[in-house]
Amino acid sequence: MIELRNVTRRFGDTVAVDRVNLTIETGEVCVLVGSSGCGKSTTLRMINHLLPHSAGEILVDGEDTTAMNPQQLRLNMGYVIQGTGLFPHWTVARNIAMVPRLLKWPRQRIDARVDELMKLLDLDPATHAHKYPQQLSGGQAQRVGVARALAADPNILLMDEPFGAVDAITRENLQLEMLRIQRQVRKTTVFVTHDIDEALKLASRIAVMDQGRIIQHDTPENILRRPASDFVESLVGKQDRGLKLMSLRPVRDLMTPHGSPKPSRPGADVLREDDNLRLALSVMLWQDLPQVAVFNARGEETGVITRERIIQEGA
Amino acid sequence: MRLWLPPALLAVVLCGLSAAMPVLEPLFRWIQPDKQQVIYDRGSFLFLLQNHLLLVVISAAVGTFAAVAGGILATRPAGRDFLPLVSQVASIGQTFPPVAVLALAVPVLGFGEAPILFALILYGLLPILRNTLAGLEGINPAVREAATGMGMSPLQVLVRVELPLAGRIILAGIRTSVTINIATAAIGSTIGARTLGDPVIAGLVNGNTAYVLQGAILIGLLALTTDSLFEALERTWDRRFSPQGAMA
Repeated sequence: MIELRNVTRRFGDTVAVDRVNLTIETGEVCVLVGSSGCGKSTTLRMINHLLPHSAGEILVDGEDTTAMNPQQLRLNMGYVIQGTGLFPHWTVARNIAMVPRLLKWPRQRIDARVDELMKLLDLDPATHAHKYPQQLSGGQAQRVGVARALAADPNILLMDEPFGAVDAITRENLQLEMLRIQRQVRKTTVFVTHDIDEALKLASRIAVMDQGRIIQHDTPENILRRPASDFVESLVGKQDRGLKLMSLRPVRDLMTPHGSPKPSRPGADVLREDDNLRLALSVMLWQDLPQVAVFNARGEETGVITRERIIQEGA
Repeated sequence: MRLWLPPALLAVVLCGLSAAMPVLEPLFRWIQPDKQQVIYDRGSFLFLLQNHLLLVVISAAVGTFAAVAGGILATRPAGRDFLPLVSQVASIGQTFPPVAVLALAVPVLGFGEAPILFALILYGLLPILRNTLAGLEGINPAVREAATGMGMSPLQVLVRVELPLAGRIILAGIRTSVTINIATAAIGSTIGARTLGDPVIAGLVNGNTAYVLQGAILIGLLALTTDSLFEALERTWDRRFSPQGAMA
């Protein structure tokens, strides 16, 4: 758990972060969102003490961070930044092994861990372990960055616009990957972005920041339904909210399940239970269908969802 | 191994020529027919070579240590204030002719090896300092941020990340510095240091072109040998630290 109590950061006379109070529960993904210069990155960098705070206190699992050795503090916090910051003179494997090596793990344990992480992030160890960062694509490099942050199994993950510099398709993939990994490892995550859609997709709770203050700290659904101010309302997009709400809910919520799963025909157009309602509606609109079958992860047909129900209850 | 062949070959030629200069007597007699003595004999060439090399090695070692230390200090948070001053000194100092340094050093340090060593250290420091600053400043800030943010101590960041990444550029600075100093050391002969400049000065004073040539050839060969040695060192460094020729 991370707690910020009345945390303030000044740069000279300007106040970058102004008396911020924020509690991030263990295992949740808290996304700090706001336009550039709103203090979200500054807030993140104060958590691992890259920037000392001017006033207030920051507690990690109940302990005041100013009293802790900054190196020890950071070794227990994975850190992923935009532009990766991979070490260009080290191979991918050595980059991932950085923190375990600092912690002086035995060699075999490090090798096994690197292997495990590369597989978790969908990088083939045989082809990629001995490459250098400049031989990777942007998406691959960012995966290595995430693997490096997870290497020593830290309790906390700090991510500063990690997917900001990759193309839209790669970003989408990395976001899905992040959701999948988060389901497996459950790290307490603080994620900074300026992209509200990314925030809505990844967050358990979103903290909207403006001019160094937190304007609203709530679940994605509540941010959309009950924006606290005009600023939040314009950030989430006034007119677009209906569809955004739909994209938060999985198809599972509104489908009519079959009594027992049916085996699927091969090549059936698969809409999964985990897909969101917005996607389901889009499929139906495009194919001009009143309803569409839903499949589970094993590819069995488990129910159907109708256009009518999505429109009535979706948002 | 092929990397080390050119410097090794050049070194063999250099030592061979220093030891067996008299063999070339007919050649020098043809160049300088009007002198009785055409091979410089007021000191063996091997001794002069050794002394010349010693001056360069000592000055390079001291200069490298001082310049790298200075460059590192000026790029640390505590030394940041000095960075503009240090980089200005590094650039301006280069415009100072070494002869001027010698002329100023002699009254203080007397004749012999001391003033030339002083001049060589001072003069050789600057290219190394400049390159150390360029190398450290040229590192992608995201790399430094990631290193610190993931729990490296400042010393670990320096030793494991910054120096390996800046090392190639620092090495290039040392190469420049040493090559310049091999030539500059010869001037030491004017103030009583024993170097390969001795035959050159003696030849100029006596109007003996053969002497001048002997000194000049050996100094040139020494510079070539050292330069190709650094070439090999730099390539080895590349293989070790930046296999794709990539810098941060």
